[in-house]
Amino acid sequence: MHNNTSMDNQSLDPRVKRLKLNSSGEPVTVQEGENWNVFEVFHQEKRGAHHEHVGCVHAPSAQLALVFAKEQFGRRKKCVNLWVVRSADILSFDTEDEDMFANNLEKTYRDASGFKVMEKINKFKKSAHDKE
Amino acid sequence: MYGGGYIFDEPNKRQLNEEQLHDDPEKLGEFEARIARGEKIEPGDWMPSEYRRQLIRLIEQHAHSEIIGALPEGTWITRAPGFKRKLALIAKVQDEIGHGQLLYNAAETLGKSREAMINDLLSGKSKYSNVFNYPAETWADVTVIGFLIDAAAIVNQVANAKGSYGPYCRALERICYEESFHLKQGHDAFIELATGTPAQRAMVQDALNRWWQPIMHFFGPPDKNSVHSEKLMQWKVKMASNDDMRNQFLDAYVPKIWDLGLSLPDENLKKDPATGKWAYSDPDWDLFKKVINGGGPCNKERLDVRKWAEEHGRWVRKALMNPTEKTTAPVA
Repeated sequence: MHNNTSMDNQSLDPRVKRLKLNSSGEPVTVQEGENWNVFEVFHQEKRGAHHEHVGCVHAPSAQLALVFAKEQFGRRKKCVNLWVVRSADILSFDTEDEDMFANNLEKTYRDASGFKVMEKINKFKKSAHDKE
Repeated sequence: MYGGGYIFDEPNKRQLNEEQLHDDPEKLGEFEARIARGEKIEPGDWMPSEYRRQLIRLIEQHAHSEIIGALPEGTWITRAPGFKRKLALIAKVQDEIGHGQLLYNAAETLGKSREAMINDLLSGKSKYSNVFNYPAETWADVTVIGFLIDAAAIVNQVANAKGSYGPYCRALERICYEESFHLKQGHDAFIELATGTPAQRAMVQDALNRWWQPIMHFFGPPDKNSVHSEKLMQWKVKMASNDDMRNQFLDAYVPKIWDLGLSLPDENLKKDPATGKWAYSDPDWDLFKKVINGGGPCNKERLDVRKWAEEHGRWVRKALMNPTEKTTAPVA
């Protein structure tokens, strides 16, 4: 028995042909929030490595966010573990405040390169050698 | 797949609105200097309103193209010739849906919700790549899509991956990595038919004949007909002109098709050895406009299938919903 939807549904795909497409004729609207919330995903490539941010998934809960993250970010390349965290829970500096991270040239005392000892050692060795 | 080389906009809206160029001139200057230095723009950064609008449109249409693009190929999963081809096709279709998710996320960082994007797709307000309004009639069509449409999309996506918006570039980096598998498996399936029996060769020739016009449409109207937006180039939203991308594609793939003793349905197609530019018959741009505006053989089916999925998945989404959650935009 054929129903009338086969009249306007001439798909080459038999699975699509079986669907009652657009049966109500009403426009379909998705409600705001219907696609749940956003979680950031962190991927660990091998044990001992850092988890690195790789993107986001939409999910209704952290547990399902992990499931979706495995599908989305764990199906290629090596992956041993994933973290998810609600995007809303991420706290970050304002990108406009980037200049607070600028390295002051006066701060060489924080770097290994700010400490030069070889000059003194060589000078000392040379003077000791000269005395001999 | 499917950068959908050409991003649709109503013809009279392609030029930037004068007012929108009058953002705070000091901030605008700083913004343009950053892009000129090759820096990436991130979601929290100041950006001109027109930059935001154009990027949302570009990334959203790219996302829709991935989702809708999975439909013609998905048709063939149940009838793929052999287990290996079936596995590869399932993996490819899954990748395409994943790409859609990555791109929706990138667009969401600009302030448009995923639901609003889906609604604009379903209502026809937002477009997707024109090629997916054509049917995949035989298995040879699937090999032509996997080889040539994916190749065309890669030309577009590799260019866009060097653009200025950080989240879009990062999404494209991952997408291009997966696309290389799509192209390879498409090429492999195409070669199997092209080097096969006379019947197989006839099948792939027939598919090429039918797909050549949509492929020539893929990168959009010629540069001379489009209001060329220098601003979008300067802002690194558009990375290459339609004609340049089309030429790059023809240069890489036409010889590969001819080498197999197959032909393309355009007697004017040839390379000028002096300029390196390809000459071709002007594709039917009126047909292109007609199809993009809903008049193609599959427009209605594609959107109806997408609506069906939305309607029939609703109860699952609702059942899982936590009513106290408030949606937030992705961080990066």
